[in-house]
Amino acid sequence: MEGVYGNDFGTDQQPDPDRAAPDEAAFAALLAGEGRVEPRDDMPEAYRKTLIRQIAQHAHSEIIGMQPEGNWISRAPSLRRKAILMAKVQDEAGHGLYLYAAAETLGVDRADLVDQLHSGRQKYSSIFNYPTLTWADVGAIGWLVDGAAITNQVPLCRCSYGPYARAMVRVCKEESFHQRQGFEILYTLSHGTPEQKAMAQDAVNRYWWPSLMMFGPPDDDSPNSARSMAWGIKRFSNDDLRQRFVDMTVPQSEALGLGLPDPEIRWNDERGHYDYGEIDFTELFEVIKGNGPCNAERMAHKRRAYDEGAWVRTAAEAYAAKRARATESVA
Amino acid sequence: MDTALFEYTGGLADDALVSAQRMGWWISRAPELEEDVALANIGLDQLGQARNLLTYAGEIEGEGRSEDDLAYLRDERYFRNVKLVERPMTDFGVAMARLLTFATYQLHLYRTLATGDLGERDETLAAIAAKAVKEVAYHVDHATHWVLRLGDGTEESHTRMQSALDAEWPYLEELFGPLDPVLTGRVADRSALRDAVLSDVRRVVTEATLSVPEVPPALGGGRDGLHTEHLGYLLAEMQHLHRSHPGAKW
Ligand SMILES: [Fe+2]
Ligand SMILES: [Fe+2]
Repeated sequence: MEGVYGNDFGTDQQPDPDRAAPDEAAFAALLAGEGRVEPRDDMPEAYRKTLIRQIAQHAHSEIIGMQPEGNWISRAPSLRRKAILMAKVQDEAGHGLYLYAAAETLGVDRADLVDQLHSGRQKYSSIFNYPTLTWADVGAIGWLVDGAAITNQVPLCRCSYGPYARAMVRVCKEESFHQRQGFEILYTLSHGTPEQKAMAQDAVNRYWWPSLMMFGPPDDDSPNSARSMAWGIKRFSNDDLRQRFVDMTVPQSEALGLGLPDPEIRWNDERGHYDYGEIDFTELFEVIKGNGPCNAERMAHKRRAYDEGAWVRTAAEAYAAKRARATESVA
Repeated sequence: MDTALFEYTGGLADDALVSAQRMGWWISRAPELEEDVALANIGLDQLGQARNLLTYAGEIEGEGRSEDDLAYLRDERYFRNVKLVERPMTDFGVAMARLLTFATYQLHLYRTLATGDLGERDETLAAIAAKAVKEVAYHVDHATHWVLRLGDGTEESHTRMQSALDAEWPYLEELFGPLDPVLTGRVADRSALRDAVLSDVRRVVTEATLSVPEVPPALGGGRDGLHTEHLGYLLAEMQHLHRSHPGAKW
């Protein structure tokens, strides 16, 4: 089980008996040639199921991710920041839309996927179960969470499944804007009043470890990774991606003038990487199990919006049906 | 200072700002994902208009107040928006009834400011309005699309859409307040927009199989800073962080 978006979270999946078994050898040859798998291509059922689950859970993460930052739209401290934040949260909704569309190319329905989210059968990234307590959290999410998402998603632009790879190209462009905006929020706070700087440091302290956990458990504890790598869905291991993120982020934290809450971070000349302290994964597993600070709130918010919108969606369907009948009777 | 122009511009700005603040609430709460995107877009357009208008209001005043000074450091008695935009949006039907009426009004207003028959047009307002005309034309289309679907959808949606319209309607009259005579020929006279705005809205309402409400107008006063009790809460939420750190940059 991996608490990451753009990773496979892993849940049980039943094979679909209606689909004919494809030519395994032809599929292996396609992957070996780094060819792209397209919706019309035959693919092994397990490959299809894995992709559906991963793309759906990625989509759900984008959508649930709207909530912690949406929490600050009404209180953003300047009109410019309010506009940037509204646009960012809107982008995340757009990412959810591209990803649901990519999942639908694999023969599933967005409505079913959303239903699986609501019933808890599919997950979303655990990072969004943390609360945004201060304005600086919006900056920390942009810098660290969008930063981790980019690290994870840039390799997905070369994912073996064409529609997912293409969705990632669009998404990554926007995520890098988000990361820059988050950095800029923290930079301004860090160079502002002592209260603002303290707010920024507090947010980074709270979001640092959960961001590292976004890459999932260590490699030797990550059962689905090897298969996903063989299939060209995943290009780098969890630990490699986490290291890449740390290497990118440590110098940025110095530029921000903010510390990271890990006394063991230091440059290792021999490895050519930053060392960092051990991650306490028990927290991640608790949050995945539903015991994070905001799991219940996030799902309640999502279900409430969905339930309260039911009459609107029903009306739109009824209207469309009436229009269709009217057109038929004219024709 | 040109007090009349300051007040007029402030009214336009505050209508857009308060409306954007209400619209932002919907992001992550809309009936479907596409609608989260659309309402965010509309809120962003309104916020953009508000920022341009507030900046201009600050220039007219000439005391160095920025868009943020005006948005965050005025108390509710100094806000000049109409009551229509400050009331809570209790459901999606209310949001669409509000958007249909408000955006139709803004469309006529901005069009007149940009290209209407004005002898001594205020060029800054004209430029701001010219950009906003395209935006609010889309808002009108979007609201129309939903009012038709909800009015002529199911029995429940029809009832809900009708009661939403009934609740908004008394607040329309305040949009068409009289023009300060010193501004004649320089800006749009909002009282002269009444017939065109109402006839556009009525057309949509009728096509949606809804009835045009026959209700007396509510008491005005927003343009003089006499608001409903709702505005104080809206501003408290919007302003608190900015005010908690006097002089800080964000
Ligand atoms: Fe995203
Ligand atoms: Fe993002």
